[in-house]
Amino acid sequence: MDTQLDLWEVFVQSKPGQPYKHAGSVHASDKLMALQNARDVYTRRGEASGLWVVRAADIVASNLADHDMFFDPANDKIYRHPTFYQVPEGAKNI
Amino acid sequence: MTKTDALFHYCLRLGDDAVILGHRLAELCSRGPFLEEDLALTNIALDYTGRAELFFQYAAELEGKGHSADDLVYRRPERRYYNHLLCERPNVDFGHTIVRQFLFSVYDRYLLEELGAAKDTRLAEIAVKALKETRYHLSHAADWMVRLGRGTEESHRRVQQALNDLWTYTGELFEMDDVDLLLLEHGIAADLHTLRALWQAEVKQTLDRAGLQRPADGYMQTGSRKGIHSEHLGHLLAEMQYLVRTYPQAAW
Repeated sequence: MDTQLDLWEVFVQSKPGQPYKHAGSVHASDKLMALQNARDVYTRRGEASGLWVVRAADIVASNLADHDMFFDPANDKIYRHPTFYQVPEGAKNI
Repeated sequence: MTKTDALFHYCLRLGDDAVILGHRLAELCSRGPFLEEDLALTNIALDYTGRAELFFQYAAELEGKGHSADDLVYRRPERRYYNHLLCERPNVDFGHTIVRQFLFSVYDRYLLEELGAAKDTRLAEIAVKALKETRYHLSHAADWMVRLGRGTEESHRRVQQALNDLWTYTGELFEMDDVDLLLLEHGIAADLHTLRALWQAEVKQTLDRAGLQRPADGYMQTGSRKGIHSEHLGHLLAEMQYLVRTYPQAAW
């Protein structure tokens, strides 16, 4: 049983403009403490330009038991995958 | 006393506060109340170690006797240490650790702001760098003051007790002697009388936010400007200087 305060998930942005990526979690009793702890645990060596912390309980997550229902149907319908298009030579940003 | 002598002493004092308070916080490594706070406190300890090195390097150069920063830290006896008594107070419990950090960080923040404009480029550069760290130390400590003050009955009792215990060491932070006055004439030192009013206002503001009682200004402990310390510094130095004292040729 986890008795060390509430659990918060930490997202770190490595450079301005980059997406925030999940780095791990910290324990904290409030927002400020969560942000400070995330700073101390995950960004001590200059890894970050931004930080998000989100209370783990506030994250709506998919359930492993729903895996088949959620993700399987996409796999057997190859027409859903954009693999039949010829990419014109020299085309960028596709 | 020449201006260089005074500046040497001034840097020594700044370095001593940093190295001694840093050592106290480092004692908590692996003993923090929980993992994240353990890292936070030792992070702060490392900030102090870093700035202590800068102050001592400068002090050693000003002294001009061929000493290194390490010599000043590891080969100097207790009576020639000039850290404030507040910085050498033992950790006792988390309440004392946080109150000590809070009272010192408010002082340190205004001091470093002043020194950032000092008419001595080297000192001003160190102060500007250290101020960024101290702003964080202060917000970390002030947030905890409020959490503990408004937390449980026990956390409130303990943090108020720590405040009552440590208040007697705060008068010394604003003492000025010949070193300060000489440097003040040259636009280098901070005027601690001005600082005191700022310190009192900010401390009061956080104590109100935390629902804590500001202790009355009674008898204030003094001595560190002359190298006179409490019984705690000797023990701290014995541990900190043990290796160098035992193996004078040790290299790292």
